[in-house]
Amino acid sequence: MPVNKKILELQEKREQVLLGGGEQAIEKQKAMGKRTARERIMALLDENSFNEYDLFVEHDARDFDMDKKSLPSDGVIIGSGTIYGAPVAIFAQDFTVAGGSLGLMHSRKITKIMDHALKMRMPLIGINDSGGARIQEGVNSLAGYGEIFFRNTISSGVIPQLSVILGPCAGGAVYSPALTDFVFVVDKISKMFITGPEVIKTVLGEEISMEDLGGARVHSEVTGNAHFFAMSEEECFEQIKKLITFIPWNNGKKAKMFEPGEPKPEYNIDKIVPEDPTLPYDVKDVIRAVVDNSDFFEIMQLYAKNIVIGFGRMGGRTTGFVANQPLEMAGVLDVDSSDKAARFIRYCDAFNIPIITLVDLPGYLPGVDQEHAGVIRHGAKVLYAYSEATVPKLTVILRKAYGGGYIAMSSRHLGADFVFAWPSAEIAVMGPEGAANIIFRKEILSATDPDGMRKQKVEEYKAKFANPYVAASRGYVDAVIEPSETRKFLMHSIEVSENKVMVMPAKKHGLPPF
Amino acid sequence: MDNQNTFGILNIDTTLYKTRITKKFQNRKPYQPADPRIILSFIPGTVLDILVEKDQKVRKGDDLMILDAMKMQNKLKCSMDGIVKAIVVKKGDKVSKGTVLIELE
Repeated sequence: MPVNKKILELQEKREQVLLGGGEQAIEKQKAMGKRTARERIMALLDENSFNEYDLFVEHDARDFDMDKKSLPSDGVIIGSGTIYGAPVAIFAQDFTVAGGSLGLMHSRKITKIMDHALKMRMPLIGINDSGGARIQEGVNSLAGYGEIFFRNTISSGVIPQLSVILGPCAGGAVYSPALTDFVFVVDKISKMFITGPEVIKTVLGEEISMEDLGGARVHSEVTGNAHFFAMSEEECFEQIKKLITFIPWNNGKKAKMFEPGEPKPEYNIDKIVPEDPTLPYDVKDVIRAVVDNSDFFEIMQLYAKNIVIGFGRMGGRTTGFVANQPLEMAGVLDVDSSDKAARFIRYCDAFNIPIITLVDLPGYLPGVDQEHAGVIRHGAKVLYAYSEATVPKLTVILRKAYGGGYIAMSSRHLGADFVFAWPSAEIAVMGPEGAANIIFRKEILSATDPDGMRKQKVEEYKAKFANPYVAASRGYVDAVIEPSETRKFLMHSIEVSENKVMVMPAKKHGLPPF
Repeated sequence: MDNQNTFGILNIDTTLYKTRITKKFQNRKPYQPADPRIILSFIPGTVLDILVEKDQKVRKGDDLMILDAMKMQNKLKCSMDGIVKAIVVKKGDKVSKGTVLIELE
């Protein structure tokens, strides 16, 4: 069969462009331990599912001899494909072509696939690997960034947006990931900052490596800009694929149902939480003791560890978990943990994912640094996020729920649909020691044995208030349950909340305490 | 990871909790009230010009120094009536945020 000459011509054209920046540039990319943009897309998407668009797009910049330069595909690959059958739109910047720099046509390609993702209501994945703006294109490249940010914002809460940082992402470019739902970083490969080490050195004389300034670890542990940390690109792609299984394709859908499975028997829910409220334990074990197959997918594992967030499934349905972590900083709420929790609660609400909150906290972290860092404003985000959320909200009070912390952690008063408490729950305005010191101040001070009296009064207070029954007698707690009944109660609550309707007053948008 | 198995004690409302203490919490700076006698750089930059001399009498609101930062020539104003006790930096010095520039008395 004779092959049509025109088809041959297409094949040749394709082959030329598919090489990206050429063999030398590809070798350089590999030497940095990085895959090429195309390899990344292939590794992430289902086999043979990728359809590429705009392969033959070229820039038409003329200044600074740009008219003599050909940049294949203008340094970015766009298209759509599937991950475990879920449709996704994707773009990947190609560092081998002019350092993945963003010029006008490069950005036009990105905004094209973004518009497509929004119109088709499917998740968008952006792989960032770019030296920044293409300086030769001047304000056109700034325009490009702005048009991307605008679309990130418009799409926010409509389609899931995932950003994968697999190289440098500096200057204005960092704001696209920052506007998306989840940011993935890889150790030693990802670098994000507004001003790089060079500028900092020139202006301030301070020397710092890229890694220490804005490496993957920094953004996962210190800044909270990244949500998923991986040691390799492979691990990162596995995380993305797993996340995609937990979230719906858009805000009009629910996440895909999975076959339910019992938690593993090694997580014995009766034995995890120590009776003494001052002793630590790993709250993730409690989550693993209630979710399907004990499979808990944690988000922001390394940041503000005093609160735990992530996804699991209850009876096959995706569920968001928010839990105080007594293992870290006694599980207090502070500026960072409030930020972390509030954002996740709003994510779940936007994408129809029920929220289960596990409560065990002594309250807010005291300190000048916290107050001056704005713990009022940041703490308020948690109240706002829970109150505003219309998805099913389930709360289990495991142990301590004191003061403002009790109110903040998805209490009945903020609209929780179901509130359960274990017999070990202590729902009170503050811890017994603090409360006794205030209420019985006179008795303690005037006693012949103040310490003995204090102890006695603390015990009195504990016996009277450090339990779930006062709250249960008011109906603030719907049921006091045994730990081993937790999964059953939660599964049932989620099942009966399937068609929850909650109408909020009409407004343009609220004003959360950002 | 650091301090994975070492527990500390955190005091919340006089109750002592056994828990891991974060580095951030351990390294937090103790609060120090602002001292009007110390002029600090409010922004990292370069000392472009010093407009006063040691032992000079100054009044609140006087210009003390020009700090070049973020492509702006920022005037540093005097925070109290007094005398210049010491000028800690010299023309051309690069200073980071919070560096002591001038001491007054």
